[in-house]
Formats: sequence, C-alpha cells, structure tokens
Amino acid sequence: MDAQILTYIIVGLTFGLYIGIAIWSRAGSTKEFYVAGGGVHPVVNGMATGADWMSAASFISLAGIVSFTGYDGSVYLMGWTGGYVLLALLMAPYLRKFGKFTVPDFIGDRYYSQTARTVAVVCAIFVSFTYIAGQMRGVGVVFSRFLEVDVDTGVYIGMCVVFFYAVLGGMKGITYTQVAQYCVMIFAFMVPAIFLSVMMTGHVFPQLGFGAELLDAAGNNSGVFLLDKLDGLSTQLGFAEYTLGSKSMIDVFFITGALMFGTAGLPHVIVRFFTVPSVKAARSSAGWALVFIAIMYTTIPALAVFSRVNMIETVNGADGQGVPHAEAPSWITSWEKTGLIKWDDKNGDGKMFYANGETNEMNIDRDIMVLATPEMTNLPAWVIALVAAGGLAAALSTSAGLLLVISTSVSHDLLKKNLMPHISDKKELMYARTAAAIGIVVAGYFGINPPGFVAAVVAIAFGLAASSLFPAITMGIFSKTMNKEGAIAGMIAGLSFTTIYILYFKFVNPEANIADNWLFGISPEGIGLLGMLVNFAVAAGVSRVTAAVPEPVQQMVEAIRFPKGSGEAQDH
Amino acid sequence: MSFENKNKADGYWKENIRLVLILLSIWAIVSFGCGILLVDVLNEYTFMGFKLGFWFAQQGAIYVFVALIFVYAAKTHKLDQKYGVDEE
Repeated sequence: MDAQILTYIIVGLTFGLYIGIAIWSRAGSTKEFYVAGGGVHPVVNGMATGADWMSAASFISLAGIVSFTGYDGSVYLMGWTGGYVLLALLMAPYLRKFGKFTVPDFIGDRYYSQTARTVAVVCAIFVSFTYIAGQMRGVGVVFSRFLEVDVDTGVYIGMCVVFFYAVLGGMKGITYTQVAQYCVMIFAFMVPAIFLSVMMTGHVFPQLGFGAELLDAAGNNSGVFLLDKLDGLSTQLGFAEYTLGSKSMIDVFFITGALMFGTAGLPHVIVRFFTVPSVKAARSSAGWALVFIAIMYTTIPALAVFSRVNMIETVNGADGQGVPHAEAPSWITSWEKTGLIKWDDKNGDGKMFYANGETNEMNIDRDIMVLATPEMTNLPAWVIALVAAGGLAAALSTSAGLLLVISTSVSHDLLKKNLMPHISDKKELMYARTAAAIGIVVAGYFGINPPGFVAAVVAIAFGLAASSLFPAITMGIFSKTMNKEGAIAGMIAGLSFTTIYILYFKFVNPEANIADNWLFGISPEGIGLLGMLVNFAVAAGVSRVTAAVPEPVQQMVEAIRFPKGSGEAQDH
Repeated sequence: MSFENKNKADGYWKENIRLVLILLSIWAIVSFGCGILLVDVLNEYTFMGFKLGFWFAQQGAIYVFVALIFVYAAKTHKLDQKYGVDEE
C-alpha cells in the first residue's frame, strides 16, 4: 500500500476516534463545559495538558528550528518546559483552592475590581487568538501536503472537526479527546526518532543517541561522535558551531525567561488546573503534564541533530562536494513542488550544495524537517502516514483548548460577570458555544488569509502573558498587601512597556531590529522578562502609597494558601 | 480558620515558602546557571559524549524540572499532614 492511501486510513481512523469521544462525553452543564465537572484524574489531566500545550508549532516546527540554530534553540526547550515548574510551585495549587473557573475570576475577586477583571479578560482573549490563528494554518499545511488538497480546503476540514468537539463537548469532551491526541502525537513523533537513533548510533533512546558515536557501515562504533561531526560540518560550511550557537548570552537569558514566565501566565494552560478534583491533584498534575511534555521535548533536540546531519549529507554528498540534482532523492523533488525547498544552481555544475553564504544553492524551509525526515531516511510508508496524523493531532488539540478559553472568556467573564449578570446557566452555555463557533470562523479566516506577522504576534503573546498576568496572579497569592491600585498599575505598566517595545521593532521600524539598537541587547522576543520586572516594581511602589487591602480579601488570600476545604470548582 | 492558631498558620506558610525558594533556586541554577551563564565553562567537560553545558541546556535542565515538581508535590503533602490542613 502506498503512503497516500495509508495516510487517508490512519488520519481517518484517528479523526473518527476524536469525534466519537466528543459525542460520548459531551457537556450538559456550564460546569462540565468549563472545567469538565472538576473530576479529572491528575495523570489524565496531565496528559491532556501536554496535548493542549504541544501545538502544531512544537510538533512540526520546533525540531526544525533547533536543527537550524543548534544551541540557540535551547531557549524554546528550556523556556517551554521550565514554565511548568513556576506553574506548579507558584500558581496551580492556590488557584485550584480558590476554586472558580477562570483567570479573570481570580484577578477580579482578589483585586476586588471590575477594571482588573476586564484587563485580565482582554489579555486572555488576545493571547488565545494570536495562538489559534497559527494553529489553523498548521492544520491546513499538513492536510495540503499529505492529502494533496489545497491549503484552504485543509483549513475548512480542520474547522469542521474542531467545531464538532470543542463546541459540543466543552472541557469534558476535549479533555478526553486530548488524551487520545497525545497518544497519537507522541507515538508519531517517537517512531521516526527511535528508528534514526538506532540506525545512526545503535541507541534505542534518541536522548542518548545524539551524544553517542556514529556507527560505520558495518555497524561498529566509528570513534566519531555525532555532535563533533556536526560541529565540524557546520564550521566547514560557514555556520556557527552547532553546540555553541550565535545569539548573545544576555539575549538567550532573557528569551528563555520570557518564555518561562509567559508559559506560566498563559490562560489556556492555567485553566487546566481547575479541572482536577483537589489541590493535591493540581500539584501532581503539573508534574505529570511536564513528564508527558518532556518525553517530546528531550527527543526534539535529538531528532534535530539526526535530521540536520542527514540533510547535509543528502545534499552535499559523502564527499561534501555536492550531489547532482538529477540524482536527488524523491523527497527533495516532492518538497520542491511545494516551494518549501528551492535549488538555484549558481555555479552551473548541476550539483546541489548547501552552505552558509555565497556558495549556498539550497533554500530549505525549516518547517519541513519533521515532516520530511521519514522520507529523507527511507522509513516505511506507515511512518510517514503516522507523522501526518500526529501533526494534525497536535494542531487540533491546541486549537480546541484555545477555543474553549476564548468562549469561556466571552460568555463567563465578559457577559455573565460584566454585561448581563442575570443570564441562566443554559443561556450562558449557549453563549459559550456561540462564542466558540465565532472563534472558529475567525481563526479559519486567519488560517486561509494568514497575516504575515503570525510569528511576530506569538512573541507578543508570551511577552504579554509574562508581563501582565503572571505578576498579577503571583502577587495576589504571595502578598496580602498588594492592593487593586498596585496590581492594575503594574499590569498596565508591564503590558504597555512590552507592547510598545515589540510593536516598535516588529512593525513601526523593523529595519532597526538589530542587536545594536536593542535595550541592553535584549531582542523583542525576550523583552517580556524585563516587562515583568517593570510590572513588579510599579505594583510594589503604587501599593505602598494607596489604600490597604480590605479585610475580607486578606482572609481570602489566607484561605487559598492551604488545601483543606478545597471542595469542587464552585458554581456561583 | 482551619489552623489551630495563628502561629501554626504562620509556621505552615513559612515552611512552604522555604521549600519553594529552595526548589526555585535549583530551577534557576540548572537552567539559567548551567544552561546559559556557565555554559562555556561547562562545555570544557564531556558527559556521555555531550559537552556538559550544551547537555544541560537541551536535556539536563528538563529532567531536573520534572523531578522538582514531584519533590514539591510530595513535600507539600507531608507538610499539609503535619499541620492537619490536607484535604482528607
């Protein structure tokens, strides 16, 4: 059976599974819709959180980014995992004890202020929308490559499937579909990585394989370490040494920090810890989520190295002089059709050559690395089909989680808590579903007409979360004296500082976006960490000169600091 | 109030903060320390075929993160029981 038919079968089977689960577990009340009834086992919740977190970007792009940037790619590996430590230690158990549905709920109640709630709602909606636009595009790209339909059709199919289980199922439905999606995704990611690790180094665990010695043709240790070889190849071809990278230390530091604190401030991740039955479960659930994420995130750098070496050797040949284009393997020619690989025979010798600088003849899009790797290394057709299903699982699970945050923010935080406080549970659920449906249409629009700045907007999302929501939540828990004036001033200061810095370098004056012009050498991607410090400083200053926190709120803060009496997530 | 008295409540919170600070220092040392600030120094050493600093940045830090959360979950559970504020 060829890869095409296998892809149809495997993708079809997994989709059937997701929709089946959504129908079986559809939500009947707002509580089930928002927090799955609050009864999800911590391991199950951890797995769903993992699926929610690992987006099409993680699955498809991240290994490619690490592959092309080497050590510099560590900012994402550490940033997107380290944030979970902050979540577990500083937020999840306390927010669970607080026991309402959303992040704006907490900020509104803790800072006894409708303004604070509104600022939080705006942040939550904005962060979620910037994410989902990229996700729908990811769905479209995977469909178009593997089902041989055009990107727009791919986006439409994705919209229908997401609509089905996010809108009908709510949190209860997506928690269980995300478990299924995690399994599909991780299996699809690990299989090629393990194949390659065994083929190249003889290690079953890719995590060990990419530091090991290469095997020679006879299957014996060749005495050459894989990373040494890659460092050698990189410098020879004019790139920075793979294990050293080229970003400045301060920039690496700040980007890692912004991603970590941003992760801990993302509403669609935080809301996950409202769905577990107890405070104790919230603590361990964060650990399980990170276990499931770490399986993939420790494999990503290994896959990055394997595919980089393979790619260079396929293009430049074993002798490093280039391979004639007429003899190029089929994966090169098939990706050339999509325009994601381009060959420009500058010296007219009919050979392909990959390097950094003048002599380079290959333009290879880094987003194709994961999808192309099985073909690059001649893995069986079912592996190729599996990777397609995995990429879709990643994109769909994240989109569904984000849609839920958007619909909750609109129906619960904006309508019920702000504009029409007297609507019934049933009406609220209806508005939640309507908001999710509108969310899908808007996301689909951006999927079909992608704004050129999706990548730039994602940097804003992390920066905003780090500089606004993270400080407001942690100060609300760890300080009894932080008042509403301080928190609001802090959020607004952190938010405006970060937004203005990013907007200036990304949109107003993109030509100036070089290290010499950056504040302390910090790129726009890393500025959220500084914005967070601004937030803390302003909040501390303002709270000192304004009115004290009311007694009942202080008691509430004391009450969320220990687990006893947590109960289920409360209705109002 | 679920604590027997104010002293107990303060004691619980103090122990909790101490635990969090210790764990977060480890968190910072493995990532920002070993993976970024000290990366050049550590890269002089090899570990299972990796340059050590590079290994921390792409592998080691992540393993430590996972361990930290489970240590935190276990320790705070003990602390809850000691002060009689667990959920049972």
